[in-house]
Amino acid sequence: MVSRAAWLYIGLVVSVAAVLVAAFAKRSMILAQHSAHPAHYPQPLITLIALQALFLVCDSGKAPLTARQTKWSPSSSATLAAVVLLGPVAAAFVGAAAVLSAQRPLRLAERLFNGAMYAISGLAAGEAYLACNGIVGLPRTGHFKAILLAFAAAATVHVIANHGMIWGVNRLNRASGAWRREGLESSLTLLLASDLGYASLGMVIASLWEIMSWFAAVLVLVPLFIARWAMGQFTEQQRAYAATMNAFCQAVETKDYYTRGHGDRVSRGAVMIARQIRMSADRTEAIRFAGMLHDVGKLGVPTQVLQKTGPLSEDEFAAIQLHPMRGLEIVREIGFLFEALNGIMHHHERIDGRGYPMGLAGHEIPEFARIIAVADAFDSMTTTRSYREAKSIEFALSELRSGAGTQFDPVVVEAFIAAIEQEQWQLPEPAGEPADLTTVTVKDHDDPTAPLRVVEP
Amino acid sequence: MTGGTIVRRSPPDRVAYWQALDSGRILLMAAATMLLIAAFAGVVALHPHVNWRAALAFGGFIAVGELLRLALPGGREAAPIAMVGAMAYAMSLALPRQGHVRYDALLVIAVCAVAMSVGALPHIAAGRPAGLTGMCTRLVAVSCVAFIFRPIVSKDFVKEPWWVVFAVIALVYCFGWLTETLIGALIRADDVGARFSVAVRDEMRLQWPLGLAVGASVIIAIFGTKVMGIRELAVFIGPLLVTQIAFRRYAGIRATYLQTVRSLARVTEVAGYVEAGHSRRVSRLAIAIGRGLGLAEPELLALEYAALMHDIGQLSLRDPIPGGATLLVSPADQERIAELGAEIIREAGVLDDVADLVRWQSRPARGQDPAPPLGSMIIKAANAFDDMVGSSTDRNRSAAALDRMRRDPVEYDAGVVAVLAEVAGRRVPSRL
Repeated sequence: MVSRAAWLYIGLVVSVAAVLVAAFAKRSMILAQHSAHPAHYPQPLITLIALQALFLVCDSGKAPLTARQTKWSPSSSATLAAVVLLGPVAAAFVGAAAVLSAQRPLRLAERLFNGAMYAISGLAAGEAYLACNGIVGLPRTGHFKAILLAFAAAATVHVIANHGMIWGVNRLNRASGAWRREGLESSLTLLLASDLGYASLGMVIASLWEIMSWFAAVLVLVPLFIARWAMGQFTEQQRAYAATMNAFCQAVETKDYYTRGHGDRVSRGAVMIARQIRMSADRTEAIRFAGMLHDVGKLGVPTQVLQKTGPLSEDEFAAIQLHPMRGLEIVREIGFLFEALNGIMHHHERIDGRGYPMGLAGHEIPEFARIIAVADAFDSMTTTRSYREAKSIEFALSELRSGAGTQFDPVVVEAFIAAIEQEQWQLPEPAGEPADLTTVTVKDHDDPTAPLRVVEP
Repeated sequence: MTGGTIVRRSPPDRVAYWQALDSGRILLMAAATMLLIAAFAGVVALHPHVNWRAALAFGGFIAVGELLRLALPGGREAAPIAMVGAMAYAMSLALPRQGHVRYDALLVIAVCAVAMSVGALPHIAAGRPAGLTGMCTRLVAVSCVAFIFRPIVSKDFVKEPWWVVFAVIALVYCFGWLTETLIGALIRADDVGARFSVAVRDEMRLQWPLGLAVGASVIIAIFGTKVMGIRELAVFIGPLLVTQIAFRRYAGIRATYLQTVRSLARVTEVAGYVEAGHSRRVSRLAIAIGRGLGLAEPELLALEYAALMHDIGQLSLRDPIPGGATLLVSPADQERIAELGAEIIREAGVLDDVADLVRWQSRPARGQDPAPPLGSMIIKAANAFDDMVGSSTDRNRSAAALDRMRRDPVEYDAGVVAVLAEVAGRRVPSRL
C-alpha cells in the first residue's frame, strides 16, 4: 500500500529528477564540446544504449545476497561506467532506464520512482566525479591515478544517494513495522560494502571499453552471473536445510503426542526474544535452531516415562533430567555456533542455581539457555499436557513474571512480554485424543522360518 | 549459519601424510618438481630479462589468492584468485608504454611457484594442511598454458584485432582448465576409489561454473593491465571476489547440512532403537558400494542421506526392536518402518529422491514391479550386512554374512553383493 505522503514523495523525486536533468544537460553538453581530445570519447549513442542494456540486465537479475531483504544490485556498475565514459547527464539517462525494468510486475508509480531515483543518483555521482577532477572519456593510461580517486568519490555518492532515497520511501510507506525490524539494520554494512564492490566494476568496464567496447560489459557480467547462480544454490540449500530440520523435529515429537509442535513454538518464542533484545542476525538464526532442537534429547528417555500421567518416581525423574545432556550428545557434532549447544544443554538451569543438569546460577547460565528456558516454560504452560489442560496466555505471563529472578532471567522475561504485546502469540490447536502409535511384533531370533540369522563366530 | 561452521575431520580419516600418497599423487608431484627444477635452472642459466614490477605484482596477486583458498563441496579445494593471477601472468600481452612483454615460460613457472609457496605459509602456520596437491595441480596447468602461450606473444600478435587475441587466449585457457580438471579427477579417483570416467564427469560438473568465472576474470585482467597498467591489477579482483563469496557460502551451507543430517541420524541410536554407530557404518558401506558401481556424486549424496536416515521410521515405533536390527522383524513390519521413514523425509518437501530410496529399502531385489532403485538395493545390502556383522572386524563373521547374502539372490542384488564383498574386505574409511 502506498500512503499519501509516499505518493507526494514519489512525485517530488520524479519532478526533481526531471528539472535537474534538464538543467544540467546544457552545461554538460558544452563540457563535452570543449574537451581537448574529442578522439578520446566513445561513440556516444551506441555507448549509451549499451550501458542502458547492461543496466537493465543487471537490474532484472537481482537475487537476495542475505537471507532476507537485501537485494543484489550490480546495476550501479553500468551507471558508474557511464559517469566515466560519457559524463553526468548520460549517467542520469542510464539510470532512468530503470523505468523499463523487467524485474517483476511493477506498478507505474514504482517504475517512475526507480527511474527518477537512479537518474538523480547517476547525476549526483557524475557531478561528484567532475568535482574531484575526474576525466570524462575513454580512460588513458596516465590518467588512472586521478580517475581512481574521483571514481571512488562518485561511487560513494551514488551509494549514499541511492540508499537515502530508498530509505525515504520506506520510511513513509510502512503500514506495519515488521519489515523494518527484520530487514535492513542488521545487514546495512554488508549492503553498503557489496554496493561499493559492485561499483568498482564500473571502473573495469570503463577501462576495457576502448579495446572491446560493449563486450567489456558482457565479460564483467560472466563472473557476476555465476556468483548469482551460486547464491541461488546457496538459498536453495538453506531452504532445504531448514525444511529437513523441521521434518526431523516433527518426527522426534511424534513420540510424545502432547508436545507436538513444541520445538517449533519454542523456536519462535526464542527468536521473538532475540529480536527484542536486538541480537545479531547470525545469533538469531542459531537460536532458532537451538530452540527447535532443545528437547531432542527426550528421545533418550523411555516413552513410558514421558507419557506417564501419574507422579514420577525418583528414578523416572532422574531419567528425564538427563535429556539436556542426551540432546547435546546428538547435536554436538553439528557445525553449529557453540552458543546453540550451550542453549540446548542448559535450558533447564534456574537463575537461583536449583536447575539441572549443572546447577549453574545467574549469569553463569549462557544467554541462549536463559532465553530458551523462558520460551520453553511459556509454551508448556499454554498447551495441554497429559495431566492438565492448557492455561491462558495472561496466566502464563504472570507466572513468568513471578518466576523472574528465581527461575528466569528478568531481562529475558520482560523482553518476551514486550514481544508478545507487539506481535501476538498464536496458540496451537487444542490437542485431541492421542492416536495409537505403531507397534511392531518382533520375531524371535530362534524362529526357524526367519530368512536370516546372526551367525555366531 | 556459515559463520560459525567448524569442519572437523573425524580421527579415522586422518592418516599420516606419506600414507596418503598414491600413484597419481606421486606422478603429479614428480611432474611439478621437474618443472620447478627446470624453471629455476632456466632462470639462472639463461638470465632472461625480468620485469620485476610485473613479477612482483602478479606474484603478490597469486600469493593473496593462495591465502584466500576456497573449500568446495566434497572436500575439494580451489584457489580461483591465485589461478587468475597465474593465468594472467602466463598470458600477459602488453603493458602501457612498454609495448608487448617478453619473458620466458620458465620465469612464469618460477614466479608462480614462489608466490604459491608464500601464500601457503600462513596456512601452514595456522596448522591447516598446506594443500600441496592443489598447488602442484595448479602449477602444472599454468606451466602448460605458459609453454603454449609465451612463444606466441610477439609485436605482431599484440597488434592483431582484439577478438583474435581474445579467441586465442580463450582457447589456451580452456586447455589449461581441462588439464587442471583432469589432474583433479585423477587424484580424486585415487583418493576415494571412484572410477576415472565418473570422477572426470563429477569434476567437470562441479568445476565449470568456477572455471568460467576464472576464465572471464583472466581475460579482464589481461586486457585491463594492457590499458591501465600493472598497479591497478587489484581493481580486477572485484568480480571474482563476489563469485568467491557466493561459492564459499554455498559450500558452507552444504557442509553444515551434511553434518546436521549425520548428527541427527544418531537420534535413533541415542533413543536405543539401533546399535551405536549403525547409521554411520551403513552409510559408509553404501557409499563405498555406490562408488564401486560407478554412481555420480549427486546420486552418492542422495544415497548417503538415505543411508544415514534409513532407520528413522523406527521413531514412530512405541518400543525399540531388540538390538535395533530391522533384519529381525517380519518383512511386513520392515516395509512399514521404511514407509514411515519415507513419510518423515517426504515431509521436508526437498528430499523426495532420498525418501524414495528409503521407501524401497526393504523390497527384495528380484521379482518386483517396478524394481527397486539401485540406491535402495545398496542400502538393503549394507544394512543387512551391518545388522549381521556390526562393528566387528572378524573376517569369518563377515564371510559368513556375505555367504548368506550371496545365497539369496532374490533378496539381494548379486552385483551389489559382489561389490559389497570387495569393499567389506577393504574396510577403509571413505568420505564424500
